[in-house]
Amino acid sequence: MTFTIPIDNGDALKNAETDSQRTLYPYVTGTSIVAIKYKDGVLMASDMGGSYGSTLRYKNIERVKAIGKHSLLGASGEISDFQEILRYLDELVLNDNMWDDGNSLGPKEVHNYLTRVMYNRRNKFNPLWNTLVLGGVKNGQSYLGMVSMIGVSFEDNHVATGFGNHLARPILRDEWHADLSFEDGVKLLEKCMRVLLYRDRSAINKLQIAKITEEGVTVSQPYSLKTFWEFQAFHNPTAGAQGSW
Amino acid sequence: MFRNQYDTDVTTWSPTGRLFQVEYAMEAVKQGSAAIGLRSRSHVVLACVNKAQSELSSHQKKIFKVDDHIGVAIAGLTADGRVLSRYMRSEAINHSFTYESPLPVGRLVVHLADKAQVCTQRSWKRPYGVGLLVGGLDESGAHLYYNCPSGNYFEYQAFAIGSRSQAAKTYLERRFESFGDSSREDLIKDAILAVRETLQGETLKSSLCTVSVLGVGEPFHFLDQETIQKVIDTFEKVAEDEEGEAGEGDAEAAAAPAEQGGGGAGDQDVAPMEM
Repeated sequence: MTFTIPIDNGDALKNAETDSQRTLYPYVTGTSIVAIKYKDGVLMASDMGGSYGSTLRYKNIERVKAIGKHSLLGASGEISDFQEILRYLDELVLNDNMWDDGNSLGPKEVHNYLTRVMYNRRNKFNPLWNTLVLGGVKNGQSYLGMVSMIGVSFEDNHVATGFGNHLARPILRDEWHADLSFEDGVKLLEKCMRVLLYRDRSAINKLQIAKITEEGVTVSQPYSLKTFWEFQAFHNPTAGAQGSW
Repeated sequence: MFRNQYDTDVTTWSPTGRLFQVEYAMEAVKQGSAAIGLRSRSHVVLACVNKAQSELSSHQKKIFKVDDHIGVAIAGLTADGRVLSRYMRSEAINHSFTYESPLPVGRLVVHLADKAQVCTQRSWKRPYGVGLLVGGLDESGAHLYYNCPSGNYFEYQAFAIGSRSQAAKTYLERRFESFGDSSREDLIKDAILAVRETLQGETLKSSLCTVSVLGVGEPFHFLDQETIQKVIDTFEKVAEDEEGEAGEGDAEAAAAPAEQGGGGAGDQDVAPMEM
C-alpha cells in the first residue's frame, strides 16, 4: 500500500525559496544624505561610506548621482537597491532621450516616478530599502524632494535622511534661508556633516558635496572635515563612572 | 477610385504598391463633416461644423477634451473617433499619474499613429475610419497635428478635414503665415471664418459650429454660444456696413433698431408691466 505525504509548498510566506526573493533586511548600507536649496539650485552632501552592519566596510561609495540633465539623486540605505534604482532611471532617461523631441524629464517627473516605484514595491512587501533625495533645476525652478522606502514623499527647502533628520534638520531649520550663496550653502552643509561625523557611528570622514544648477551637475572630489577631539570630557571619559556596574 | 481585385484585404498590396483598404478608410474621413484647427505660438483653436442627422436629433460631439492641455477634433466614423479619444485620455492620465506632469502632445500623437498602423498590418483588423486633429501644448509651445487612418501624422500651422474642407483650406492657406503671432481673439475669429467657408453660402450661426480653445495658461474649454455669436457678429456686421456705404438708408436702418430698443426701454419705465 502506498500513500503520499503532503508537502506544504504553496504558502509564499513560509516557503524559503520565495522568501529570499523579497528584501527582508538591508546588508550594505549608506548613512545620511543632507540637501538644501540655495540661490542657484540645490546642494547635496553625503559621505562615501558603506557599512556592513557595524563594520565600516566600504569607503569609496558614491551615494549621489546625476540623473539626466536636470536632476541629482542621493540615497541612503541598502546600496544594492540604490544601484537597482539607478538602472531603472537609466532606462527611463534613455527612453526620454530617444524621443529626441525637445521635451525632457525634469526633477519633478523623476521624483514622482520614484514615488510610484517605491510605493508599489512597498505594497508588494518587497521594498527597495532606501530613502531617496531628489534635487534639481529646470527652467530656473529649483526642486528638492524626498521619497522613503514606504513611499512617503514630499518636497521641502531642505531635506535629510536617516540620522540627518535628527541631527542636521534642526540646524537647517534655524539657519537655512532663501537665496543662500554657494559658499554659505557649503558652510551650512559642512556644519551638518560635522555633527553627523561626531555623533553617527556609521559616518566616515570622507565626503562629497554635489551641486546642481541650470548649467548642470558638479560632484566635488572627496575631502575630509577638520575635527577636534581635545575636549576635556574626552580626556578621561570614565571619570565619575568607575567600575563595571 | 474604382473597385479592383486588390482591395478586399488590408494586408494585400496592389501591384503599384498601394494598400487600397487604407485609402478607402481615408475616404471615410472626407465624408464626415468639417473640422478645422489652427495654432499660434501660444494657443490652439479647434472648430467644427455641427451637422445633425435630422431636425429632430441633436448633433454629434466631434471635439473632445483629452486633458487640460490637449484637445482633439475628429472627422469620419465618429464611433472610431470616440474610441481613440478614450485611448488618448487614458494615455494622458496615466502619464500625469506617474510623472505628475502633462503628457507632451508630440509623444501622444506618435502613440496614436503607432496604434493606427497596427490596424494596417493585421488581416483580422480594419483601419480606423477617422481623421484626428490633435491640438496641444508641450515644452516647446503650441502644436497642431493631423493623424490619418494610415498611421501617418503631420504637424500643421492650420488644417481642415472632412467634407468641403477644401474651401476652408484655401482660406487658411491665404492667412496662415500670420497665425504664429496672432492674438487669441484673432485666432478664434479666423477659425470661425474658416468654418464659414465650408458652409458655402449658408448663413453662419453660432448653433452651427462648436469652437474650443487651449493655450499657455488657459486649459482646454469650449466657447459658449454667446461668445461665438459675438465673434460672428463682428464680421457679419462689417459685411453689412460695407453694403451700407453704397446707400445711407441702410446705415439709418441699422441705427433705427438701436433707437427703437432704447425707446422701448423708456416706455417700460413709464408704464408699469401689467401682470
